[in-house]
Amino acid sequence: MYSASDLRKGLKIQIDGEPYIVIDFEFSKPGKGQALYRTKMRNMITGNQFTNTYRSNDKFEKPDLEERTMQFLYSQDDEYHFMDTSSYEQIFLTREQLGDNLNYLVDNMEVQVLFFGSKPIDISLPTFVNLEVIKADPWVKGDTSGTDTKPVTVQTGYVVSVPPFVEVGDRIQIDTRTGEYITRVKD
Amino acid sequence: VISPRRLRQRSHLLTVARSFFLARGYVEVDTPIRLPVLLPEAHIKPFSAEGWYLQTSPELCMKRLLARGCSKLFQICHCFRREEAGRYHQEEFSLLEWYRSGWSYRELMQECEEFIRQLVRSGEGFAGIAGPDQLRWQGRSVSLDSPWERLTVDEAFRRHAGMTPREAMQRGLFDELLVTRVEPRLGWSRPVFLHDYPAELASLARLKEGEPAVAERFELYIGGIELANGFSELTDPDEQRVRFAEELKKSTETGSPYREMPEQFLADLDHLPETAGAALGFDRLCMMLMACRTVAEAMCMPVPRYA
Repeated sequence: MYSASDLRKGLKIQIDGEPYIVIDFEFSKPGKGQALYRTKMRNMITGNQFTNTYRSNDKFEKPDLEERTMQFLYSQDDEYHFMDTSSYEQIFLTREQLGDNLNYLVDNMEVQVLFFGSKPIDISLPTFVNLEVIKADPWVKGDTSGTDTKPVTVQTGYVVSVPPFVEVGDRIQIDTRTGEYITRVKD
Repeated sequence: VISPRRLRQRSHLLTVARSFFLARGYVEVDTPIRLPVLLPEAHIKPFSAEGWYLQTSPELCMKRLLARGCSKLFQICHCFRREEAGRYHQEEFSLLEWYRSGWSYRELMQECEEFIRQLVRSGEGFAGIAGPDQLRWQGRSVSLDSPWERLTVDEAFRRHAGMTPREAMQRGLFDELLVTRVEPRLGWSRPVFLHDYPAELASLARLKEGEPAVAERFELYIGGIELANGFSELTDPDEQRVRFAEELKKSTETGSPYREMPEQFLADLDHLPETAGAALGFDRLCMMLMACRTVAEAMCMPVPRYA
């Protein structure tokens, strides 16, 4: 159990049977008055946010959360299937659950799948992923149009700004936290 | 970690604070910080120390000294309050507390004003000081020119919270409305003394003559920040016993460990003359004058967990 005085940014708590992460938090207390814990939370399953004020006596369950390393196998319709590489157990998450992660997800990629009880609710990707460029305007040497980047499309369909020298067939590294191009890679 | 410049500025403020009170004939005292019994205040939780407690304020000791005939006392000391940690709170902090016999909270508000003005005038090169009588807090300038605003709790709640303090208390919303609706609006053009609190919220303060539903208590606010709390002290031991009994009862609900009536204190209270006293959060004042973002940034060595 957590009590209100444990609340802080990033803490994961359970409310009404669902896992929440604290995204903003402020402690206030009039000198002679009661302590108030103003807390903004995000539901880790639905993404819904809400704000509430708690008091010292309030208690919270710890949500049953576990991360497991899994490999992305394939997608079918809106379901994305992953396999636990040690137990070979397979699960899937929906397109909606994966959101922007789909910009970087390719076959055989190893990711961390977050489970709430037995239910997969989210994934976290490696910070850096290497993806192949499948569409790009050719680099015109001596181009003086003034732009120092151009858009290219990678194998997932994601469009990213890159330096003009990147061409179709190149592999590029992208930071999954920001979605930005880092460098061209040889592998 | 605090910069050498801020350390020097904090030390300067300590020196000026001492000179202010010494020049006015106050006596500086340093009373024990570990005590076998504390004054019960349901919402202030103490740390225990080998069966005793660390003080949450020096009030008990200082009033006992006043009862023995000292008439003007001040102290700058560390106090400890459990589970108070946030942008403007630390579990260990410095309190400046002073008492003056023969005064009521009215004269004390005036002295509070003079004290802060003197500190601000003495500070050169402080990031939070914009001029001789002007503060710069969170991008806005606050004038310290006389007179500072006096605002009753009743008026403040009607104005900013849309209900009377009495209604707020009945609905259990007093503290929440104070923190979310009232405090953020106080003391932006000039400092404000919020005064005349509902009697239940001032267990150590005298009730107002002719208006017994409120107590003679004030809080000083500058730029939305609570800086100092003062009372006309309650000097009647029988009434104080009744108020303490209330606090002891509430303490079982709030989880505070107060169970014991401070008998020795009550016995001394019989000899306490009319007195007014105030406690000022010294770190918070330093935070404002040095334009720190958090109270921890104004401390010599903040506790890492909350820094």
